[in-house]
Amino acid sequence: MLKEKMRINRRQFVIGAASTGAGLSIGLAVPLGGQQAFADGRNESSSTPEVNAWVVIDPDDTVTIRIARSEMGQGTLTGLAQLVAEELECDWDKVQWEYPTPGENLRRGRVWQSFSTGGSRGVRGSHQYVREGGAMAREMLIEAAAKKWGVAAGDCAAADSKITHKPSGKMTTFGKVASAAAALVPPSEVTLKDPKDWKVVGKPKKRLDTLEKLTGKQVYGADITLPGMLSASIKASPVHGGKLESFDATKVSSMPGVKSVIRVGDDAVAVVAKTWWQANKALNALPIKWEKSENDTVSSASIDKFLQEGLSSENAFVGNESGDVKAGLKKASRTYTADYSYPYQNHATMEPMNATAVWSKERCEVWCPTQNGEAALAATISASELAPEQCDVHKVSLGGGFGRRGAADFVTQAVLIAKTIPGTPVKLLWTREEDMLHGMFHPVTKARMTAGFDDDGNLDALHVRISGQSILATLMPQALENNDGMDPVVFQAMAPKGDHAISYTVPNLLVDHAMRNTHITPGFWRGVNVNQNAIYMECFLDEVAHEAGQDALAFRQKAMTNHPLALAVLNKAASMAGWGKPAVEGRHLGLAVCKAFGSYVAACAEVSVDDGELTIHRIFAATDPGYAVNPQQIEAQVSGSFVYGLSALLYGECTVKDGQIEQQNFHEYPSLKMAKMPHVETSVMPSGGFWGGVGEPTIAVAAPAVLNAIFAATGKRIRHLPIKDQSLA
Amino acid sequence: MAKLNVNGKVIEVEVEDDTPLLWVIREQIGLTGTKYACGIAQCGSCTVHIDGQAVRSCVYPVGGVTAGQKITTIEGLSQKGDHPVQQAWAELDTPQCGYCQPGMIMASAALLDKKPNPSDEDINTEITNICRCGTFQRVREGIHLAVEIKHKSTAKA
Repeated sequence: MLKEKMRINRRQFVIGAASTGAGLSIGLAVPLGGQQAFADGRNESSSTPEVNAWVVIDPDDTVTIRIARSEMGQGTLTGLAQLVAEELECDWDKVQWEYPTPGENLRRGRVWQSFSTGGSRGVRGSHQYVREGGAMAREMLIEAAAKKWGVAAGDCAAADSKITHKPSGKMTTFGKVASAAAALVPPSEVTLKDPKDWKVVGKPKKRLDTLEKLTGKQVYGADITLPGMLSASIKASPVHGGKLESFDATKVSSMPGVKSVIRVGDDAVAVVAKTWWQANKALNALPIKWEKSENDTVSSASIDKFLQEGLSSENAFVGNESGDVKAGLKKASRTYTADYSYPYQNHATMEPMNATAVWSKERCEVWCPTQNGEAALAATISASELAPEQCDVHKVSLGGGFGRRGAADFVTQAVLIAKTIPGTPVKLLWTREEDMLHGMFHPVTKARMTAGFDDDGNLDALHVRISGQSILATLMPQALENNDGMDPVVFQAMAPKGDHAISYTVPNLLVDHAMRNTHITPGFWRGVNVNQNAIYMECFLDEVAHEAGQDALAFRQKAMTNHPLALAVLNKAASMAGWGKPAVEGRHLGLAVCKAFGSYVAACAEVSVDDGELTIHRIFAATDPGYAVNPQQIEAQVSGSFVYGLSALLYGECTVKDGQIEQQNFHEYPSLKMAKMPHVETSVMPSGGFWGGVGEPTIAVAAPAVLNAIFAATGKRIRHLPIKDQSLA
Repeated sequence: MAKLNVNGKVIEVEVEDDTPLLWVIREQIGLTGTKYACGIAQCGSCTVHIDGQAVRSCVYPVGGVTAGQKITTIEGLSQKGDHPVQQAWAELDTPQCGYCQPGMIMASAALLDKKPNPSDEDINTEITNICRCGTFQRVREGIHLAVEIKHKSTAKA
């Protein structure tokens, strides 16, 4: 049962690292050797050349599929392998995988295209070219067999890693012709299979990466161990953007194991020691002074005031407009308004940020868990001050990503530290506290929602004013320049069209954004801006339906006639939960629906509130991702999304005092545990014809479905997260 | 200097007494299956067994462990990765990123030793590990499935 699936584990490789004046070569046996061997074109465990960039087949028919996107729990690795295997027509039981390096991608003209793994884009962003890669490899294998037999390739077919010449019944295996296939010219075009003929895609295949996770063998970034390696712990200015003034190394330099105490960039100090525990112990004893900064007086209250002003500002970017909302609200027989807000939240990946680097004047190599190998390589090149061809990054398993590991700040730090000790590998591992303080936080926003009803109680006008932070303004300012200063991403799930289109038609609609940026670094947090926007829209529409005296489902259905796929998932979630039927005594339901990352998702939560104590009993969820590559993994993502989304709803808040994030560990920033986990029932209902993401969309409906159920149970509207400090009694 | 019995082997390590067991296991002994995530016994990623009891090793000073006590890490839970909990986890594809899973598995195995057929309420009380990917539904199913697997193997034997 416990069969080895991962190819990359056991190869030897050599790092060429040179310290000043003397060449130094370290022979290393580390758990990702295969990647290095492969990157240098020395495929030591196999004499077989690749069939193409995506596929390597050994003489024993083992198929290695190369995966460019990062696996961080979301199942993309297995999904992408399924897509390649489907077209390749190989035996799924013989499939294993490996990561190419970003450096190899660069050298080969980005043959694997993007390594970026965010925005639920892993499968939906690469399904076409990875399937083509599999199909091309299959055609080359068939051609190689046909040539060997002297028959027409058109008379041959591939299935289960075998090629058969139909007229004669001759048969050979992929492994026997792989070398010959590798020498052929790839076909200029291939035809992909009709989805109705899929045998591997769409099936609940087991993940390719489970078994090592059960025995402790899986190597994460934090586990990297290299010969002669030192370890480092770091503290950066607790006020984002602040600078390091000074530190007194003499106080700690004689502590056990300590090798050096060094400034890292202009904002951080690190201790390097024999073990990480020694480094961290010394760092905690190190006297450090931070420069005063203009942000030292910023607090949650001051940020709140700043955003509050944006709710009524005259200036705002328009993200979605139809009809005339001003006129609509003016002529409305009745208007209704409510303000909502969403706090800062940390990604809190279980594995804190880390990277291991070895630097010499000739070469710099980095091992790190990253959602964006190419961004990590760019950071390595920049910090090492070496040429691109002198650098590479080895992707290591991620202990969670959730958007945080798309950034490469920790890679830059690791390389800067390694540069001070040429030829010696150094592992930089953040403490949980450092990770909490230096998150790239879920942006804060507020919303003022204003509805106008016509004489029949129908929603005729809706103004959504969002005030708050833009992620792009900080992380990708060039994206704003192309949009006259506007950040289009803030309108996710409220956009006029596309992957994040609004799910309703309102005759007079205006969604606009008053940008209010703070010094707290924002980031792409699993679900991104859909998280708050779905709360604003779904909870407010629940309020509006209630105000109009209408059933929350019927009210939505009327406004969703132009949005049939969104309506279908909403209806499914409602019917699974028994909406409209007598509920279990004391239990109440709440709905939410949304389109996000190209998929349609809905949830119906069943809760009870007794003496102010909330119990989330069950959640019924429906997802339409277009094509469902691996239904059992989609279920896992949907179920897991509720843990992430409900943790945010129940506990998720990072507050600011004296310019710093206050919460430093899980006792102050809790996460949902087993005892609070509702039973999740998931319907995966792929309608075909499009490719939607699955890692993020469902998070958006978790909080609003529960909040609407809480209203049904208590008559209370919670409009600010998290619930933890608010009374439901 | 500490003398430890880890996964059946007696090992002597050169280390200060106040070093948490977690870091001795990871850095001196080189078994990296036991994870660091919070360092304050909040999340359970560092769970190991000491004489069969689940312990959060990130706050357990190595000086507090005697040579007579048996420490079991995820690497020593079973010979072939086939402890009923590991089998159940494989069957259900429980891990997502997997970083918390060694701790989750060690906590679940200790629970089954203590309560061979735990109720959902027992699971709620005893499994207090944090998993940010959100694998709890399959962890719960996995614990129940491990009970079945154990019964089947006992019946065969």
